[in-house]
Amino acid sequence: MKEKLEAIKADALAKIDSAKDLDSLNEIKVAILGKKGELTAVLKGMKDVPAEERPMVGQMVNEARTVIEEKLEEEKTKIARLLRTEKMKRETIDVTLPGKKNIRGHRHPNQIALEDLERVFIGMGYEVVDGPEVEYDRYNFELLNIPANHPAKDEQDTFYITKDILLRTQTSPVQARVMEQGRLPIRMISPGRVFRADEVDATHSPSFHQLEGLVIDKGITFADLKGTLEQFAKEFFGEKTKVKFRPHHFPFTEPSAEVDITCFKCGGKGCRMCKGSGWIEILGCGMVHPNVLDMCGIDSKEYQGFAFGIGLERVTLLKYEIDDMRLLYENDVRFLNQF
Amino acid sequence: MNTPISWLKAYVPDLDVDVQEFVDKMTLSGSHVEGYEKKDKNLEKIVVGRIESMEKHPDADKLVVCQVDIGSGTIQIVTGAKNVKTGDMIPIVLDGGKVAAAHGDDTEYPEGIKIKKGKLRGVESNGMMCGIEELGSSRDFYPEAPEDGVYVFLPESGVKPGDDAVKALGLNDVVVEYEITSNRVDCFSMIGMAREAAATFKKPFYPPVITVKANDKDVNDFIKVTVEDTDLCTRYTARVVENIKIGPSPKWMQDRLKAMGIRSINNLVDITNYIMEEYGQPMHAYDLDTIAKHEIIVKRAKDGDTFTTLDGQERKLDSGVLMICDGEKEVGIAGIMGGENSMITDDVKTVLFEAACFDGTNIRLASKRIGLQTDASFKFTKGLDPNTASEAINRACQLVEEMGCGDVVGGIVDVYPKPVTEKVLPFEPERYNNLLGTNISREDMLSYFKRLDLVYNEGDDTLTIPTFRQDLGCMADLAEEVARFYGYDNIPVSLPKGEATVGKKPFNQRVEDVAREICERNGFSGGMTYSFESPKVFDKLLLPEDAKERQAVVISNPLGEDFSIMRTVSLNGMLTSLATNYNRRNKTARLYELGNIYIPKSLPLDELPDEKMRLTMGMYGDGDFFTLKGAVEEIFEKLGIAGQVEFEPGSDIPYLHPGRQAKMVKGKLEIGLIGQIHPEVGDNYNMKAEAYVAVLNMDVLTMLAGFDRKYEGIAKYPASTRDLSMVMDKSLFVGQIEHVIAKNAGKILESVELFDVYEGEQVGEGKKSVAFSLIFRAKDRNLESAEVDKAVEKVLDALKKLGIELRG
Repeated sequence: MKEKLEAIKADALAKIDSAKDLDSLNEIKVAILGKKGELTAVLKGMKDVPAEERPMVGQMVNEARTVIEEKLEEEKTKIARLLRTEKMKRETIDVTLPGKKNIRGHRHPNQIALEDLERVFIGMGYEVVDGPEVEYDRYNFELLNIPANHPAKDEQDTFYITKDILLRTQTSPVQARVMEQGRLPIRMISPGRVFRADEVDATHSPSFHQLEGLVIDKGITFADLKGTLEQFAKEFFGEKTKVKFRPHHFPFTEPSAEVDITCFKCGGKGCRMCKGSGWIEILGCGMVHPNVLDMCGIDSKEYQGFAFGIGLERVTLLKYEIDDMRLLYENDVRFLNQF
Repeated sequence: MNTPISWLKAYVPDLDVDVQEFVDKMTLSGSHVEGYEKKDKNLEKIVVGRIESMEKHPDADKLVVCQVDIGSGTIQIVTGAKNVKTGDMIPIVLDGGKVAAAHGDDTEYPEGIKIKKGKLRGVESNGMMCGIEELGSSRDFYPEAPEDGVYVFLPESGVKPGDDAVKALGLNDVVVEYEITSNRVDCFSMIGMAREAAATFKKPFYPPVITVKANDKDVNDFIKVTVEDTDLCTRYTARVVENIKIGPSPKWMQDRLKAMGIRSINNLVDITNYIMEEYGQPMHAYDLDTIAKHEIIVKRAKDGDTFTTLDGQERKLDSGVLMICDGEKEVGIAGIMGGENSMITDDVKTVLFEAACFDGTNIRLASKRIGLQTDASFKFTKGLDPNTASEAINRACQLVEEMGCGDVVGGIVDVYPKPVTEKVLPFEPERYNNLLGTNISREDMLSYFKRLDLVYNEGDDTLTIPTFRQDLGCMADLAEEVARFYGYDNIPVSLPKGEATVGKKPFNQRVEDVAREICERNGFSGGMTYSFESPKVFDKLLLPEDAKERQAVVISNPLGEDFSIMRTVSLNGMLTSLATNYNRRNKTARLYELGNIYIPKSLPLDELPDEKMRLTMGMYGDGDFFTLKGAVEEIFEKLGIAGQVEFEPGSDIPYLHPGRQAKMVKGKLEIGLIGQIHPEVGDNYNMKAEAYVAVLNMDVLTMLAGFDRKYEGIAKYPASTRDLSMVMDKSLFVGQIEHVIAKNAGKILESVELFDVYEGEQVGEGKKSVAFSLIFRAKDRNLESAEVDKAVEKVLDALKKLGIELRG
């Protein structure tokens, strides 16, 4: 009996070893372990085994069965892995073929620049405030220390609707409106569309965008203005950016300054973009004129503040090295797709 | 404003810095330098030479061989110039030197032209004799130069061989150009800029010391001045010079005017031009013999008057224009230009000088209306200090005496009813420091002020502000002066302290951000168009004559009709952009724009119009109505109003295809419109492709939008689906059927999905077949089949009432 079992086992293992596919393995399984299999037949012949030997024979049969089953399983895994490997070989693709793209729209470069600016200032605690584009003279000029007949009104070449209503030439009227509401302290930016009577050409447009900022609180200083804009410049243009403040004049700020930053293309060495100077003029700013504070109902003896204004298109053109402002308004998809 | 550095040095003799340092520091102290021109940048190795001898060239009739003494020796030069002779002093460019231009050639040479020794027809030539054009100037400024030939120094120039010829001609100057801000009227003068330069470089400043000897006669015996309109003429000063001797002005004056690009005319004219540059005060000189009754009256013109200015042009006047008149007639437009009738000629015997102060705003507006802008009017528009007038006129008389061009009559006529006096402001060093965030000592501050001619009064701790600094009126103005000379770059850097604030965006901008995101996800790119457009847009969009959209805000001074009204419909920009893309042969385009339309509350405007934000989407190429509709629905979904917006079919929007348009509404709220562009509108925009547009009213969407969501749980019980396929009239809308289903299927209806629409032979003419899946589910239990059947039954009953039967 023992020999017979050993023979069955040896035979089974040899057959399993030589099996080439899952089907033959299955056949072997049926032939040996199946209902009519050889090993099953041995079990069926147990009745002829003397009673005292039965447990031993039973154990031997089970051992043989386990060995065969394990061997079968092992071989099955091996063959399956082999098959999968072959399948994957057949599935090889040319990974250098182009990727499939979803149709996706693109954000306008001006909007990207605006959002980048907003992100920096929102992070610094500034609230974004909207205001009307068609505006009263009072907010656009008068409250900003630009009285009737002031030459600045001519300089800004204003579009008028009526004597008192105009297309805003700057987004500062939004600031005047916020100051007039009198909720202090103020830390705001007002981005938006502004209008000036400039004929359309590569560097001018009668409609463009500004982002202006305003901070009013007790004890705000020119040093704070410098620090704020320096931090902004580093965030927006890069950590290595240097900032230069030059005295200037704006009716609504005093002292006033124009701000240059080191050219972000050449890093200050001088190139075509900065016309060799290494510096690029980027914004105007200053301490809010006490007249403006007083006219808007804020006590200029108690409160001080600063304001700044950035031309969005200018930043966009510089940042993306766009050489013609008209491209921004044509909306040619071949232009827009590049952003 | 331009200044030759040499002229500034006349008042700041110790100014000794190189150009770059000058330019940088002036800019940082507030005089923004826009650029500078080194007059001699292309002139190198040019000396004075004396022609010692001349011989004919052996092989060329038109050339001569000269031996020229150049101080350090004698060199041979071959020249073709005809105007030279032995003994002449001539500018010579030596071997390796440079000149600015070529003789008889208008080409510009930004780098100049290098000169090398060489042979001319076999004879060695070691340099070149220069004409005035080769030296970068012209006969306008050097009238003694020959029309054609080399420049020959005049005997009185006193040059000798070997001298620097460029310097001898005064061509070694640097002219600096500044952008002067409108508040700094005083800086539109040499004196003003010299004061700034002296303060910037901490050097002493020596303005002219004015003394006029004058004769014993009294100016009041020569002229009487009456100012009728003192509002427009705040000061009028006049002096008289007799026994005029017209002649050339001295070289130093000619050189300074030359450097400013002003041609020398004669001593008298040069003096008035010189004073305008030196003091920034325009002056006028009249021939006193042409002044009727020896009387000057300053008054407004009458509407419709005309006047011939000294350029021979007839000018139309109005009652806003201030005139200078004599006893009988007008003799000049105040502050703008004198008249032909009182012009100075070479025979003038007695001259009346005028230095006045006219109202800047009026000059600006008048000169615009008349269409005549002059150097004088430009200065006046800045708003001059009336106190400069007397200084300037006396300085002119001083120059008359120094230059010997006439006898100054004693006394000055000065009509100055309301003299401008010096302001006195408190000296507040702590406040300046508090504003600047600095810790500058009061002594330093006072030293800055002193250099600017602000006088400190120790007694009451105040500052007297000179009247030429009309821009200084408050503490902040003085703080800026401190900051300028302390140096903006020396001010420390800090960040605002105090109450923390929260950075945020308003809600409407969050809604707009969502719209952008969805548009871009669906292939639409952000565009940008103008807010103003042509009124012709209404016709292009086929809007009827009485359409409310035609009520638009009109710009009173537009750039042209094409930019003259504020848009009331957002489509023009979009259609123009789509057409641009189409006509540039871009196969497809999908664009969106977020921008305002402007709806007047009443016309003409007496209050601000309503500005309404519109999202405009447009596309052509691939995709159809439903592509666009899908994108719009995605926006609604993201804004939390999915399924709440009805697409109402219609045909009354004139610019859309009558069978392919819908209004989007929620109850009575108009959310927008969507459709295909009417082919005729397409033609009007030269847009041949089928284009689809949608306009969303962002103001309404902002009102409806919400970003709050509540988790509703994932369905635990199975759904039960019933498919209904039906045949109906083609004119019925799927939306209507969906309504009937939703209304009648009860609470257990989870959703309705359209899965087929078919038109064709099998369903017959004028009919269509439509199939829906109705999905039923209860949240809390398994649905009984009978319950679902009952719901479907109800739906079918309702559909029957519309004449719709299930398809067999």
